[in-house]
Amino acid sequence: MSSAWSKFASPSTFYPLAGRMIPVFWVLAAGSLLVGLYWGFFETPDQLGGSNAQKGYYRIIFLHVGAAWMSMWLYAVMVGWAAIGLVFNTRLSYMMANAIAPTGAIFTFLALWSGAFWGRPSWGTYWDWDPRLTSELILFFLYIGYIALHSAIDDARRADRAAALLAIVGLVMVPVIFWSINCPDPNQCAALHQRSGLGKVDGDILFAMLMTTLGFWMYAFATTLMRVRTIILTREAQTTWAAETIQAEVRS
Amino acid sequence: MLKVFWSVLHRDLLLAMRRRTDVLTTLFFFLIVVSLFPLGVGTETAVLRTLGPGVVWVAALLASMLALERLFAADFEDGTLEQLLLTDQPLVLLVLAKITAHWLLTGLPLVLMAPLVGMQYHLTDPAIGIMMAALLLGTPVLSLIGAIGAALTLGLRGGGILLSLLILPLYIPVLVYGAGAVELAAVELTATRPYLMLLAAFLLSSLILAPLASAAALRISIE
Repeated sequence: MSSAWSKFASPSTFYPLAGRMIPVFWVLAAGSLLVGLYWGFFETPDQLGGSNAQKGYYRIIFLHVGAAWMSMWLYAVMVGWAAIGLVFNTRLSYMMANAIAPTGAIFTFLALWSGAFWGRPSWGTYWDWDPRLTSELILFFLYIGYIALHSAIDDARRADRAAALLAIVGLVMVPVIFWSINCPDPNQCAALHQRSGLGKVDGDILFAMLMTTLGFWMYAFATTLMRVRTIILTREAQTTWAAETIQAEVRS
Repeated sequence: MLKVFWSVLHRDLLLAMRRRTDVLTTLFFFLIVVSLFPLGVGTETAVLRTLGPGVVWVAALLASMLALERLFAADFEDGTLEQLLLTDQPLVLLVLAKITAHWLLTGLPLVLMAPLVGMQYHLTDPAIGIMMAALLLGTPVLSLIGAIGAALTLGLRGGGILLSLLILPLYIPVLVYGAGAVELAAVELTATRPYLMLLAAFLLSSLILAPLASAAALRISIE
């Protein structure tokens, strides 16, 4: 590892760096979300499709798609940090994995929640055992399992490593689980495979969707960094720099 | 190396035979859960035939999971597990022996009890045969994957509930194909082949990967 990377792998140097980055990410998040939502509400067609048209309610996708993407991607990022922690034994990596988990779980929940509200007018039901819905629900359980295991173990080192291993096992199992839900009957898997592509989406809708997704990304950065700062202070409370930082924060 | 495997297996089986009620409780739990469903949903033959495969598999999942808590717990409490970790024998092999013992005590009896349960749900004879084959391939996977969770939650307060939260989502593939095979067996027997092949694939891959992960988890839990 290069020296710059290992420098910021130390919680005491990362703490101020994260503090400087948080406002930047908040501004970027607010900016892209505002642009995305404005575009989504005012620059997109009011109806989708032909005879079986979706009315204004289809605009839920501007939140829904971004949240669903983030829920999956954040799990991969979380496992990435957990694996780095297990390999290099760096404390900060575990803290990052921990800080990502709640944001990931919230996005998963948001995807399910917004999907249910979209499903009611378009499918006539809040919930259906559609492969994607079920997969998202399972992903939610995996996040909850990670958080629950970590909070059940008092010893921080054991909690970090055990939760990291669970996250990796989860990632190995995720393709098998998703595929088994997508293809419950192996005799006719090819027929069940769903197709969808971004190329078929209207340009304005795609732009709004990508902008809100970008906003979610920046939001995820900001909240993760905020949470990781709290975790750093909690874990390092016995060190002098952390004690001084806490005192300075209290005074200001 | 094989000697180590056998001695751990023999020891675990012997211990279980000395405390037979532990083993029997799990089996009766399975029987009770399976017997409760017809009382809840009605006893019409058509309904039971549809529900049967799923109910049997979910009950098997729960029974196997409940018994997981005991996989390492007793050895952890009296310090045996620590000694096993300190030996110069490969930990993966020791863990595999313990998992095998767990399956012989909770999985295999379920396979043998399957015909009895199948009759409760009016399943046809071929369906019962497929159910036994699917359970034979699937229950070892449950023990193997479950061992990872048991090792991770070792000695934690509320470990049992936590274990179910961690492990049940990972059981889904086995549930889908296990129950799917039995459901299809009533319609067309030859079409169940891919299901059984997939279950066998799960068994082989988890046989390789799960003991490694369980051993790593044990090293994390005890250090």
